[in-house]
Amino acid sequence: MLNIVKSGEGEKLVCALEGRLDTTTAPQLEAELKGALDDVKDLVLDFEKLEYISSAGLRVLLATQKVMNQQGTMVLKNVSDVINEIFEVTGFTDILTIE
Amino acid sequence: MKMTVDATVDNLNKVLAFIDEQLEANNCPMRVMLEIDVAAEEIFVNVASYAYTSGVGSVAIEVNFEDHPKAVAIRFIDSGIPYNPLEKEDPDVTLPAEKRGIGGLGVFMVKKSMDEVAYEYKDGKNHLTIRKFFDRKHLPFMTSEKEKKTC
Repeated sequence: MLNIVKSGEGEKLVCALEGRLDTTTAPQLEAELKGALDDVKDLVLDFEKLEYISSAGLRVLLATQKVMNQQGTMVLKNVSDVINEIFEVTGFTDILTIE
Repeated sequence: MKMTVDATVDNLNKVLAFIDEQLEANNCPMRVMLEIDVAAEEIFVNVASYAYTSGVGSVAIEVNFEDHPKAVAIRFIDSGIPYNPLEKEDPDVTLPAEKRGIGGLGVFMVKKSMDEVAYEYKDGKNHLTIRKFFDRKHLPFMTSEKEKKTC
């Protein structure tokens, strides 16, 4: 289960993720972001209620980071220790901006 | 305990529920459970995606616990094409986003997060086993998280 709550206006988009970002839900986030990133310069992903991430989720984050590198910034907020550990072993802490 | 399911991604949640139920019954710490779930997902989805080139095959999942120190061993057995995922080259995790590909991350995560990963091809089947200690202080070859990361 993944719930995506979007807010923000104009050039700013905040996506709060709730639940699990895994093989079955990653396509949902990918589709949701695909149509929403045009004209966005400031993307914030709020992980406060994200419990779990697998490599399928990492792939979506990597693709989104590449898009945002071309047009603005992407920041992850409220990342839990367990998820941060997954970012560390995969080298994603160097790619992503985690606040 | 053992379960056998069709090797389809649709069964992922069923597989994780089967594993988690036993981890919970054995008082597995939450963070260890999450790491095991991530590893189990990567392995199961790989088998579901690549093991059987035609038709739907099956995967057997065996969960066994050890005491002193407390650990779990989970074995995935399939009859698909012989494939040792541990031979796959690790991705370069130091590259910047633009140069990072999307492949190889899953197996790499399994190798990094589990205490032991073993592959064996026998009786016409792939056997992939992961082993994880519940408590870091029992790790036989690494004494701290820092050392583990530099391995």
